[in-house]
Amino acid sequence: MSVSLINWFKFSSPASFYPLAGRLVPWFATIFFLLLCVGLWIALMMAPTDAQQGEGYRIIFVHVPASWMSMFIYCVMAFWSAIGLAFNTRLSGMMTSALAPTGALFAFLSLWTGSLWGKPMWGAWWVWDARLTSQLILFFLYLGFIALQAAIDDPRRADKAGAILALVGVINVPIIYFSVQWWNTLHQGASVSMTKAPSMAHIMLAGMLIMALAFWAYAITMALMRVRCIILERELASEWVKRNAME
Amino acid sequence: MKPRHKKLLLIVGGVAVLGIAAGLVLNAFRSNLVFFYTPTQIAQGEAPKDKAFRIGGLVKTGSLKRDGLTVHFIVTDTRKDTTVSYTGILPDLFKEGRGVVAEGKLGNDGQFTASQVLAKHDENYMPPEAKAALDQAQRQTARTLQP
Repeated sequence: MSVSLINWFKFSSPASFYPLAGRLVPWFATIFFLLLCVGLWIALMMAPTDAQQGEGYRIIFVHVPASWMSMFIYCVMAFWSAIGLAFNTRLSGMMTSALAPTGALFAFLSLWTGSLWGKPMWGAWWVWDARLTSQLILFFLYLGFIALQAAIDDPRRADKAGAILALVGVINVPIIYFSVQWWNTLHQGASVSMTKAPSMAHIMLAGMLIMALAFWAYAITMALMRVRCIILERELASEWVKRNAME
Repeated sequence: MKPRHKKLLLIVGGVAVLGIAAGLVLNAFRSNLVFFYTPTQIAQGEAPKDKAFRIGGLVKTGSLKRDGLTVHFIVTDTRKDTTVSYTGILPDLFKEGRGVVAEGKLGNDGQFTASQVLAKHDENYMPPEAKAALDQAQRQTARTLQP
């Protein structure tokens, strides 16, 4: 077994992950703040107006990163769920629960900013097209996950039930992503994808990517802070928490 | 095989089976999940009769006629055309040559009466100067291609 592998397993124990998470939080919080400042500066001051949509398009700098994060966080939750079910590790369940509220927030932000954007550009707050409907389902999956976990008292059983919901729901993520290709939708296609060159001016793209990185740092910060609370709650009876509380 | 590897394999297999099931269901619903019909589909009789549906395409250049609050325009997918009339306020992005989605009913005369008109925009974002340069380049290419 290599050295790095041993370290991985060391940090899969809540007792050793708790202080590591505590050390990482200020770093990611700082990165978030710096990236947010740069990203917003580019988005609001440097990026030019759009030929079609004028100034209104600027909501893209929040809308697209929030939508990406809402899908990505769900995938990470599904990943931790699979690990938790297969290896029966405690920390993976805690990570899944810690990520859910942030994912729900981003899904809501995506729907909300999309609605604000849709009214002036399309002429409607909401339409039942495939992209919007599948994103709404993602939001409900997040809420369902949180509600399901809250409804079960035993944390280990709650983790297991939540993990199955997260794994079943992950099928929705590719549906959201490809909905604009598979069906006729009012929502336009992707401006940025792996298969073609981005169809945006470079400075707009830079602003959007920096905002996405900022949201990424925010999600990590929040998840680590939340997982620390969850660890303390669940390990309350253990020796090391008592020792920590004494200090 | 260790039990935990077996479990992991089961999970991966389970998700894969669910994915295939979802894929098959979505494929079966494919035609019912369309947000709008194109003029070609309407010409082929694929659109529902006596029922409200949406039509999507481009507003044909030069086809927009205003008659008080009522507007008439032609929606085209470059192969077939459908005439649409609508009474009400149009969204800002509604322009000739741009994308549009209109909800309403198809009359027996082939005229589409819309109750709501939505503008559909593309995924390109660029400053106005770049757009102007692009349009000019396109016009020049069109001119050189003309006999």
